[in-house]
Amino acid sequence: MIALLDRAKSLVTSRDAGADRVVPPSGFTVRLTLFTAAAMAFLAVFALALSLAAGRLANTWGEELARASTIRISAPEGQLPAQTAAVLRVLEQTPGVADARALSDEEQRILLEPWFGPDLPLESLAIPQLIEVMEDPTGYDAEGLRLRLQAEAPGAVLDEHGRWRRPLVAAAGRLRILGWLAIGLIGAATGAMVTLAANAALSANAQVIAVLRLVGATDGYIARAFVRRFTLRTLTGAAVGTGAGLAALLLMPVGGDTGGILTGLRFAGVQWLYPLLVPPMAAVVAFLATELAARRVLGGLA
Amino acid sequence: MIELDNVAYSYSGEALFSGISLQLAPGAFHFLTGPSGAGKTTFMKLCYGALQPTGGTIQLFGEDLRSMDRDAVAYARRRIGVVHQDCQFLDHLPVAENVALPLTVSGQASPDQADNLQELMSWVGLSAKFESLPPELSGGERQRAALARALILSPDVILADEPTGNVDWEMSQRLLRLLVELNRMGKTVMIATHDLALIRAAKSLVPARVLRIAGGTLQSAGADL
Repeated sequence: MIALLDRAKSLVTSRDAGADRVVPPSGFTVRLTLFTAAAMAFLAVFALALSLAAGRLANTWGEELARASTIRISAPEGQLPAQTAAVLRVLEQTPGVADARALSDEEQRILLEPWFGPDLPLESLAIPQLIEVMEDPTGYDAEGLRLRLQAEAPGAVLDEHGRWRRPLVAAAGRLRILGWLAIGLIGAATGAMVTLAANAALSANAQVIAVLRLVGATDGYIARAFVRRFTLRTLTGAAVGTGAGLAALLLMPVGGDTGGILTGLRFAGVQWLYPLLVPPMAAVVAFLATELAARRVLGGLA
Repeated sequence: MIELDNVAYSYSGEALFSGISLQLAPGAFHFLTGPSGAGKTTFMKLCYGALQPTGGTIQLFGEDLRSMDRDAVAYARRRIGVVHQDCQFLDHLPVAENVALPLTVSGQASPDQADNLQELMSWVGLSAKFESLPPELSGGERQRAALARALILSPDVILADEPTGNVDWEMSQRLLRLLVELNRMGKTVMIATHDLALIRAAKSLVPARVLRIAGGTLQSAGADL
């Protein structure tokens, strides 16, 4: 491990610049490595944004899910105030309920405004009364509460937001995992492509390797000549791809987390710095892939 | 320095030679001759550890070749200057960098820091070819550049495989004189060649031992050479 770190350090400090020169600079592997690294970095930035956005969405929905639910009371005119008072009494006595309040007419009018317009005559319509329930961290027993409501206020229906939000939270959580899985696969694919390109370069330079061995080069020296080149190429390609990915994300429409995954597909705050890790990570993958490929090929040429 | 004891080598199951013993002592001058395909190049490769024998033992500077890992062989090879008939250069690097390649790979100096590079290039008559690329050199120039590369680390042993194979008689004489001069400096020299005229010419310059590899064995050549 120490030897590997020393090798990695020598790449950065240009100690192996001489080793780099012994390999001819041309070849299709240059373009292949640059293009692959750029494309993979571009995809990695999107996968990272997707994963982080899904994570934010899951957290937001999860927090709301854990806290809020609604009770809807539909009762004949005249019974509504009594049933509302009964429901609030029940809620006061229910363990796990932190707060409960009946929405005012004005609040209900605002809620219905998107469907019926601003001039809705609420007094002349049989609009159900809504009660907002906030849970404490321990939560309440939903089935028990339903049974008590049935007994005390037959027109009350408990509407747990979780009934429809829970699958969305689960989906967002899975999406986050898939995002990370995609990043892992992108890393593996980058490693595979670099390995392929390194193998091709090593095979194409068999004569160079023979000359280097003839003059006393160790396998470590020969490997460094290829490792340095592929690592720096991958770093360059990944930097370009990351820049392009960030630019593309900036062009995405902004809608905040409430707009869902499509309008929230970008980074938030310090997360904008995370993609800067993509090029060095790609370089590490290329370093390890080329090192292994070179060792294997040079071992086979013994 | 290099010692072969009862060495055998088989290629694809077929024995190329066997029972070969030889000691390359400091300051010795050997010619290795024999018909084409007799195994001269293979013998030379065994001498610098590029091949492992299929039988017997080879010692490079006191160490058994079989027990040496590839790094150890590489380090031993820095003490052996090798000149091939086909020279083998890195065609994308100038001649000076090719000649200095052993310094580069051994981390001893960068090409432009090599103190003796200029002197060596001048000694082999290539002062004007510093920046030329290997494909731009003539056959003789390539051989002399290969010799300079073999000498840059001041090796103890020089193994030259058909060094005059691609050059005219005048140039082969010039190369021979360079190798004889090196031997007088104390270097061990072994030249594989099928050019008997070259061997005869050398006998007037240096007390050389002539070995003949043929029929799978190594023998001292007769006085009729």
